[in-house]
Amino acid sequence: MNYEAFREVIVYENCEHYIQNIIEKQGVTMLKNRKFILLFALLLSLGLVLAACGGGEDQSGSDNEGEDEGTSEEGSSEYNVGMVTDEGGVDDKSFNQSAWEGLQAWGEEHGLSKGAGFDYAQSEDESDYLPNMTRLVRNDYDLVFGIGFLLEDAITEIAKQNPDNDFAIVDTVVEAPNVASITFAEHEGSFLTGVAAAMKTNTDKLGFVGGVDSALINKFESGFVAGAKSVNPDIEVDIQYVGNFSSAADGKLIATRMYNDGADVIYHSAGAAGNGVFAQAKDLKQKDEDREIYVIGVDRDQYEEGAIGDHNVTLTSMVKRVDTSVIEVSNQGLNGEFPGGEVLVFGLEDEGIGIAETNEEAYTEEIATAVNEWKEKIKNGDVKVPQTRDELKAFEEEL
Amino acid sequence: MGFIELLQSVIPPALFFSAPLIFTALGGVFSERSGVVNIGLEGLMVMGAFVGIVFNLTFADVLGAWTPWVSILVAMVVSAIFSIIHAVASVSFRADQVVSGVAINFLALGLGIFLTKQFYGKGQTDMVTQPFYTTDIWLLSDIPVLGPIFFEGIYVISYISIILALVCWYIMYKTPFGLRLRAVGEHPMAADTNGISVTKMRYVAVIISGAFGGLGGSVFALTIALNFSHATIVGQGFMALAAVIFGKWHPLGAMGAALFFGFAQSLSVIGAGIPLLADVPQVFLLIAPYVLTILALAGFIGRSEAPRANGEPYIKGSR
Repeated sequence: MNYEAFREVIVYENCEHYIQNIIEKQGVTMLKNRKFILLFALLLSLGLVLAACGGGEDQSGSDNEGEDEGTSEEGSSEYNVGMVTDEGGVDDKSFNQSAWEGLQAWGEEHGLSKGAGFDYAQSEDESDYLPNMTRLVRNDYDLVFGIGFLLEDAITEIAKQNPDNDFAIVDTVVEAPNVASITFAEHEGSFLTGVAAAMKTNTDKLGFVGGVDSALINKFESGFVAGAKSVNPDIEVDIQYVGNFSSAADGKLIATRMYNDGADVIYHSAGAAGNGVFAQAKDLKQKDEDREIYVIGVDRDQYEEGAIGDHNVTLTSMVKRVDTSVIEVSNQGLNGEFPGGEVLVFGLEDEGIGIAETNEEAYTEEIATAVNEWKEKIKNGDVKVPQTRDELKAFEEEL
Repeated sequence: MGFIELLQSVIPPALFFSAPLIFTALGGVFSERSGVVNIGLEGLMVMGAFVGIVFNLTFADVLGAWTPWVSILVAMVVSAIFSIIHAVASVSFRADQVVSGVAINFLALGLGIFLTKQFYGKGQTDMVTQPFYTTDIWLLSDIPVLGPIFFEGIYVISYISIILALVCWYIMYKTPFGLRLRAVGEHPMAADTNGISVTKMRYVAVIISGAFGGLGGSVFALTIALNFSHATIVGQGFMALAAVIFGKWHPLGAMGAALFFGFAQSLSVIGAGIPLLADVPQVFLLIAPYVLTILALAGFIGRSEAPRANGEPYIKGSR
């Protein structure tokens, strides 16, 4: 039976019956209407509550501890340090976790304990940044770290309100006399990963997958290319940007193409989109165990991401040592030498940037030696690592 | 790069990119054909991805190589159950179906991240150890020319998605169940008069869409993302919804649209390595899939007409 037939059927068979029905049911419908509006309000609010309270317990927990012990300790210890996380939380396996580990190490070194001398405040979303900062300042924390560039505005604001306190921000620059800006020499670390990749490659073809084509990610790109070409000027580096930091699918597509075209080591600095690069590398490794194929991780040691059966595709990772920087700045503050208003660049010299050596099978002695040689050259100032594409061009011409 | 090599590098990625979209879009077709708008596909995918990953992480040691297959089945079942919320709200309570779908999206993401934090104590899960892997399909990959293009280094699940689209077409157009489903979406009152339970049909359709959405989400998670976080499913559900409309609410059309999206995306990425396209600024390649979609929608497919009763709750006796 087709639709026309359906429509005809109702026309004559049901008129009377249904009109009757409408009149009868009108009352019921209105009642039901009210019910479902209620149900919806409930459903929506449940969703919002759940979204908002992921890990919420941590916050309330740390809140209480912070306040209780903070107040009891008031004025007793000479320099208290706190930190405010961004949305990733203190266990994000990345910046926040690293910063917190640094802070804990610093506290232990000086005989302090959590809540008495150092503490963190977890932010669940953007609106938590400023209140968390304010709370720590009120509880007599002399130095408060904002972890991540997302806290830029909050730090700017609170630094203005509390000119006598010290603040520090990681990964971006805030211009204020009482704020220390912690940045990293990503190009130097990337240079070393470029050296490692160039030593490892059999095809003389490397890949670079960037997140967004911006000044920051260009630092990674320039350093990587410079490092690879320093080892072997004939090496080709295939460069492509995803366009965002979240699309694993696009990351995987790009990696597929690069590996197809003969690249055998890919360096990614594309956040979650980099997961796609790992996925593709592992897939190829699974298909052919003997194929030499590698990924270089970023920001932290991504060794775990590369595990596949008995092998691991993570050659190394460019690690930003946020923990080192936190310890360093805290110590300076403790000694009354807080670098307020300065832009600190943590690089190879002060161990603010490192290269992961966890994959002993792939990251051979030979590579390690070469990387260390170049590291010394950078430290001595013999090599000046380019930070932009223009500088890279000049660098390549000098080779 | 010759034409054959070009196809060889564009088509396999296009297929793995499309598979999750095909599954989810088929779910959307079922739901919308029965007259229930399903904006919640995104949420159903999130639920599927979450369940697929968590199950995979938990049972990888026990189930070994079968883990991903069992994971997607479990994800289907859980998402199907989850989608009942949408069915109850939009069919029984006659709520606004768009609002209900949006609620599903919020709820799934909130629930997924909340539970991840509860289970693992962090905002994202570890990577799974037993994802899907590509294979060369037996015998077929030995066919000259076509073999390397279509059957080498391919996820089997990509072909399952295409076969499923054919099955869905058969069910929807060649069986009494399919006729009833479409009738309910075109003219529920007429169907009701003929003794078809509109409520039951719509419940079934929404639950099927939940199962397929969960399947799509888990397949995405187990082929591409390999872990679950807030950024695992970002917009794929809406792309699937676009494929439903682009494909004129037809299973094969939706499949074609999803394949088209995959092909365009793959071409835009791989284009950067083709000599002819390498000089084109990258931003043009990045927007190419969307431009192609708009052109296709505007120029080639003609008018896309929704099922008559799509989005309207059925009230027995009203006209």
